[in-house]
Amino acid sequence: MKAIVNVSLKAGVLDSQGKAVHHALDSLHFSGVSNVRVGKQIILELDTEDKTTAMADVTKMCEELLANTVIEDYEIELV
Amino acid sequence: MKVSILQFPGTNCEYDTQHAFEDLGATTEIVWHKSKSIPSDTDLLVVAGGFSYGDYLRSGAIARFSPVMKAVEAYASNGGKVLGICNGFQVLTEAGLLPGALKRNESLHFLSKHHHLKVINNDNVFLEKLSNNDVVNIPIAHHDGNYFIDADGLKELEENNQILLKYTDANGEILNPNGSVDSIAGVCNKEKNVFGLMPHPERAMELLLGSDDGVKMLQGFLEA
Repeated sequence: MKAIVNVSLKAGVLDSQGKAVHHALDSLHFSGVSNVRVGKQIILELDTEDKTTAMADVTKMCEELLANTVIEDYEIELV
Repeated sequence: MKVSILQFPGTNCEYDTQHAFEDLGATTEIVWHKSKSIPSDTDLLVVAGGFSYGDYLRSGAIARFSPVMKAVEAYASNGGKVLGICNGFQVLTEAGLLPGALKRNESLHFLSKHHHLKVINNDNVFLEKLSNNDVVNIPIAHHDGNYFIDADGLKELEENNQILLKYTDANGEILNPNGSVDSIAGVCNKEKNVFGLMPHPERAMELLLGSDDGVKMLQGFLEA
């Protein structure tokens, strides 16, 4: 099983990279974008096929290492 | 006076730090991150600047799990003095020994230059040789120096006099190079034995380097 972890800055924490990308899109005349958030994706290949175990394990990984929960949120998708 | 200096793979300010403290008369020891203990006669433990583990994932995130960090936590919780400079500051926030977190600079640029700082609270060993509102000239060199803490956390820092330094111009007027909340350049923990700052006092030890304002900061520890 794979776990796809998306880490991004929390709402309310200024995302400078997102702002820069938004500005660049504007410069290229891509209108209609109201906000940009830049995050990172971490793809984990897991040995288990058990979704409950996987979710519990990956949540722990996110809390301890993959995200800094002072500034970042994470989302986990199992596929 | 014995200063122990932590060295992770990617640390690059350990020898500058060693040179600075030895110039002030301290004996020093570089401690490799795989060590499970820190020297028992350590009076000050410095987490030096650099790019621990290449700062992959996040600055300081991986270093936090090095074997030596358990000993650092124990040392700090027993009242031992710990100073984190630049990457060391990032490591200490990741380890939960200091509040807040360091984000990418707002400009997204790596900043390397001299910058002025104002002393906000001198009731601690780090800044006791300076006075509140003193302005010092200390170099910065970082990509992730944008200090963040939420509103409640900031209030707590203010109430406990944990804000040590803010970025200013030469006249002490706020001048924020990296987007830090409240222009904060350095903080300490509630107990005032763990200190962290993004600027590099060890690079401001002689006028030849453009400033010797770092001397008074580091001396505070040696005479404590």
